Amino acid sequence: MLLSLGERSNQVSTLALNMSSELRYTANTQLEHLHARYTGTGHADISKYDWVTHQHRDTLASIVGHPTLTSYLAIADGEAIGRVRFEMTERMLQPCGPPPRKDDD
Amino acid sequence: MHLYNLTLQPPTAAIQAVVGNFSGARQQEIIVSHGTRLELLRPDPQTGKVATVIATDVFGSIRSLASFRLTGATKDYAILGSDSGRIVILEYDAKTSSFVKLHQETYGKSGARRIVPGQYLATDPKGRSVMISAVEKAKLVYILNRDPAANLTISSPLEAHKNSAIIHHIVGLDVGFENPVFAALEVDYAESDQDPTGEAFNKAEKMLTYYELDLGLNHVVRKWSEPTDSRANLLVQVPGGQLASSDRFDGPSGVLVCCEDYIIYRHMDAPQHRVPIPRRRHPLEDRDRGVIVTSAVMHKMKGAFFFLLQTEDSDLFKVTIEHEEEEVRALKIKYFDTVPVASSLCILKSGFLFIASEFGNHYLYQFQKLGDDDNEPEYSSTSYPSFGMSDPQAGLPRAYFTPRPLENLALADELESLNPIIDSKVLNLLPNSDTPQIFAACGRGARSSMRILRHGLEVEESVSSELPGIPNAVWTTKRTEDDLYDSYIILSFVNGTLVLSIGETIEEVQDTGFLSSAPTLAVQQIGSDALLQVHPHGIRHVLADRRVNEWRVPSGKTIVAATTNKRQVAVALSSAELVYFELDLDGQLNEYQDRKAMGSTVLALSIGDVPEGRQRTPYLAVGCEDQTVRIISLDPESTLETISLQALTAPPSAICIADMLDASINKSQPTMFVNIGLQNGVLLRTVLDPINGQLTDTRTRFLGTRPIKLVRVQVHKNPGILALSSRSWLNYTYQNFMHFTPLIYENLDYAWSFSAELSPEGLIGISGSVLRIFQVPKLGVKLKQDLIPLSYTPRKFITHPSNNYFYLIEGDHRVMGQDAVDKKLAELRQQGKKIDEEVLNLSPEIFGRPKAPAGTWASNIRIIDPVEGKTVSLHPLDSNESAFSIAVVPFAARNNELHLVVGTAAGTRLAPRTCTSGYLRVYRFTGEDGKGLELMHKTEIDDVPLALIAFQGRLVAGVGKALRIYDIGKKKMLRKVENKQFASAIVTLTTQGSRILVGDMQESVYFAVYKAPENRLLIFADDSQPRWITAATMVDYNTVVAADRFGNIFVNRLDPKISDQVDDDPTGAGILHEKGVLMGAPHKTQMICHFHAGDLITSIHKVSLVAGGREVLLYTGLHGTIGILVPFVTKEDVDFISTLEQHMRTEQVSLVGRDHLAWRGYYVPVKAVVDGDLCEMYAKLPASKQSAIAGELDRSIGEVLKKLDQLRVTASGF
Repeated sequence: MLLSLGERSNQVSTLALNMSSELRYTANTQLEHLHARYTGTGHADISKYDWVTHQHRDTLASIVGHPTLTSYLAIADGEAIGRVRFEMTERMLQPCGPPPRKDDD
Repeated sequence: MHLYNLTLQPPTAAIQAVVGNFSGARQQEIIVSHGTRLELLRPDPQTGKVATVIATDVFGSIRSLASFRLTGATKDYAILGSDSGRIVILEYDAKTSSFVKLHQETYGKSGARRIVPGQYLATDPKGRSVMISAVEKAKLVYILNRDPAANLTISSPLEAHKNSAIIHHIVGLDVGFENPVFAALEVDYAESDQDPTGEAFNKAEKMLTYYELDLGLNHVVRKWSEPTDSRANLLVQVPGGQLASSDRFDGPSGVLVCCEDYIIYRHMDAPQHRVPIPRRRHPLEDRDRGVIVTSAVMHKMKGAFFFLLQTEDSDLFKVTIEHEEEEVRALKIKYFDTVPVASSLCILKSGFLFIASEFGNHYLYQFQKLGDDDNEPEYSSTSYPSFGMSDPQAGLPRAYFTPRPLENLALADELESLNPIIDSKVLNLLPNSDTPQIFAACGRGARSSMRILRHGLEVEESVSSELPGIPNAVWTTKRTEDDLYDSYIILSFVNGTLVLSIGETIEEVQDTGFLSSAPTLAVQQIGSDALLQVHPHGIRHVLADRRVNEWRVPSGKTIVAATTNKRQVAVALSSAELVYFELDLDGQLNEYQDRKAMGSTVLALSIGDVPEGRQRTPYLAVGCEDQTVRIISLDPESTLETISLQALTAPPSAICIADMLDASINKSQPTMFVNIGLQNGVLLRTVLDPINGQLTDTRTRFLGTRPIKLVRVQVHKNPGILALSSRSWLNYTYQNFMHFTPLIYENLDYAWSFSAELSPEGLIGISGSVLRIFQVPKLGVKLKQDLIPLSYTPRKFITHPSNNYFYLIEGDHRVMGQDAVDKKLAELRQQGKKIDEEVLNLSPEIFGRPKAPAGTWASNIRIIDPVEGKTVSLHPLDSNESAFSIAVVPFAARNNELHLVVGTAAGTRLAPRTCTSGYLRVYRFTGEDGKGLELMHKTEIDDVPLALIAFQGRLVAGVGKALRIYDIGKKKMLRKVENKQFASAIVTLTTQGSRILVGDMQESVYFAVYKAPENRLLIFADDSQPRWITAATMVDYNTVVAADRFGNIFVNRLDPKISDQVDDDPTGAGILHEKGVLMGAPHKTQMICHFHAGDLITSIHKVSLVAGGREVLLYTGLHGTIGILVPFVTKEDVDFISTLEQHMRTEQVSLVGRDHLAWRGYYVPVKAVVDGDLCEMYAKLPASKQSAIAGELDRSIGEVLKKLDQLRVTASGF
């Protein structure tokens, strides 16, 4: 049910985070500030898990935010719209399972 | 290709509704958000009927809606949260009957994004502030106040953000006049994102957090945050605060937290109370499934309050709180009634409950009682240890109730809604119709229906009676000016006149003073108390005392045409002379000294009504045989002088001057229209300039095949015109704009207004020898709906090439089929369980069907006779099978005998899409012309077949990712060829020649070709963009129009050279060895048009909507939209309309503050499509702006309006 949304790519491009990994260690406060402000924007060193989780959360939020999409899913699934919206919001907590274990290197 | 998008039927789904005194009057109104449209409804407390006051397109997506009222004010305002990144406060202006944007504050990016507020809105009950929130993190608080001039002011936003918090709901707390507090349901994901063991996820707590707006410090603080049930989904405000006068508390304040299976009362520093949500006592109940509340409403009455909560099963529960001052003693819940699942509930002070249904029609119910003293079991928090909260993790014992028909509510009104339209066809099937009908499969679950939509107004007939002969005209008249109702019906026959009096019965009368031995040309109640009859040989003026003054026609001549009003009479003689009479102050009818020779036989005459406070109307319209209409002055200075002349294309058959309001021409005063009906069935509508008598702004419309007759009538207290040809049309003013709509009724030969006690707003007409009295109950409705009920959600339907039946498949997920139900019941009976038959027999249309676990399906194949409006036969599918696709195939292997192929799957699950087995069921048509079906065989396949189509005497099936060609065998379908290169799942198929266009669920439309010599099925072109196709239709051999899930509609075209190249390759070897481009097919289609319609489009058809008209693309949307895309014919039109659109965009008409270009280019920039809905807003602009834009376009206002009107009429006839 992953939707690739035009909206999201827009968000990423406007911020234009061409942040190289080098930059990440020099304390670029302004960029960090932006990062904290715009949840869901990626950076050069983003892990696959983080990226896909962001994608899913964006998608779920978009489904909840577009009345036609919630109706569409509700009809397909035979559930009430309220239930679909609730389950979608619930799934935002952890849409792609727990994060992978970090290698201690 | 350039297209013009026009909405014929706006969306009718109600996303949200709020109640308030928006007009500031004592009466309450409801504002309904239809997603992209805002409508103000006014329920009439006396009649219990709901009327639309205004409805406007907002050119944006409304996501949330709230109302508020400043302290001490009498008027409510509406706040909108949308995808525009702006908060908008609207006021309803009753004077101009429009929504006025008071404030529009930008706070973020546009689009329905995760961290841009707009999803939730909560207002302080005292109207001091509003919180707007996103799905995640962002919450903004605005302070609302009044400036010294009592205007509403809004502050700059205060942030109440919380990082990594997912917000489920927010609500404003009722704290009286203390600092405003908002409650939010939040979950923090920061820890679960970091914990690979998944423990943090399992322990994640849903927090109920209070945000306090400190009005003194102008700052928002997190005041309190406590974990609550992890399956909480909704918050409801509980009254609180003290009354200024009495020191008594209105209520305990706090919130109701609605969770799965429970309702919890919660407030800071107060004990919690919990009650279970009662469940239906149903033998087929799925015990593992929880129940959630999906909508709620709180209602305050004098000194008391209660809540109505509705669960997803559509049951309403009444919740009450027993409290002593601020301390809650008990929380109680009991079953109230069952009404369709609502997206919003609105309680009106006048004792009505408005249900804005999530699917299907909307309802207004009247409260009969409040369920106070009935036998329903009530569950109270006091019957559980520590008010049900002894162990918040553990459940409470389950509570049950028995659903029953309505007891506390009674249905008052119903608003038709097409939402959702799942499939449609456009065909002309009904007899006596020259325009096609739209057949739409609508609805969800047991409330589904097949709706037949006909363009026209519904007519209610109250009397129809046979007459002794065939009359050629009918009139009604009052006796005196002050009469409320009509007294006589006058019928004119070829050789005489019949007068009927209207009383308790309608009967013939003799002594009325009317001449009965001759036909009648006109009847008029004239002066204060006299009557007038015009017959071929004279005019009879019947005075109140029955004395008759008669004016006789000079011998050898007759009257051929006449027109009258309250003070004036004009007649035309057979010698082509006009004679004019006027009533003097003594009530005497005086002839003007001169007669005017017209030089050509007069065919029709008309004068308007006498304007209020005037002696006469100054203009007379005369239609002559020499194909002209002349306007003649009746002014005493220049009596009977010709002022202007209009040439016609055919001799006129009728003329009608009427003063009607049309706000696009004149916003404040009625405009004088001259309607000219021609003998060839064309109607001309011109505007008569009241100053100089010139005719301007001519618009034409083809009404039917017979010469037109025109009658001035009263419709809903406004003047209207009835135009009669081979169809009857009504021209009327609705919401200040003029409409021209056919009546869905028998052809009428003549008609007149009819007003009697029982039908004050009626019409009387004759068709053949039948006299009919009828009324038009609802104006403004362009499509009349007739419906055929269905049992489950319709999925698809098809027509048969030779008979008129529809073959429809319907199916529901999470519903048990009848065979499964019977089996389960038998099992239960065997176990000796008692089964409540009454609950089992509850009508599913009202109560729904019990929910079953995912992967359970119920499905039918249904044959419908759309002409008779009924189901012919029904074929339920068993063993958890559900139908997904259907096709009628003439199998070449069986001598082109038609077969019905239905693609089904058993045990289907949606995400991920799997099934235990798919099937192709082949049926033979039985009975007379395919009334029945006989299953021939069933072929097992590996995936869900979502699309089927007949192709060259065989079947093409989209089975999951595979496209296959099947031929019919004796016991099975035989797979002939397959292509598995499609991306996700095939959802649509269209074909022409050997080309097959394949719509993929995620990857747009593929062009495939079947090469018979080598038996190859090859993809040769695809789209460069990913598209989640929902509907696709071929426009021509190289062009496809398709729609995606996000509300876009677009046209893709293949280069004709490539098309030829592919067709010229006999074996397909060339395509096979060509190199792919962009990891896809060797060729790409070009996108040539793109438009964001705002609704999810479910079907597209290429049809002609008017007889002999051009073909247009008609689409239907999930939320009930029906629209068309009209190709422009000339480059000039494109330039003109696009320039107009540009100018309209700069007018900022969007009520939610969405930029129009950004809205129509939501996902992909809009391309080569002009938004007709926006252009038509031109008619609503103030006159100064209209003329400024018209000036820029080098046209007059009339010309612009005419162009817009013409585009609509020629394309759609609407």
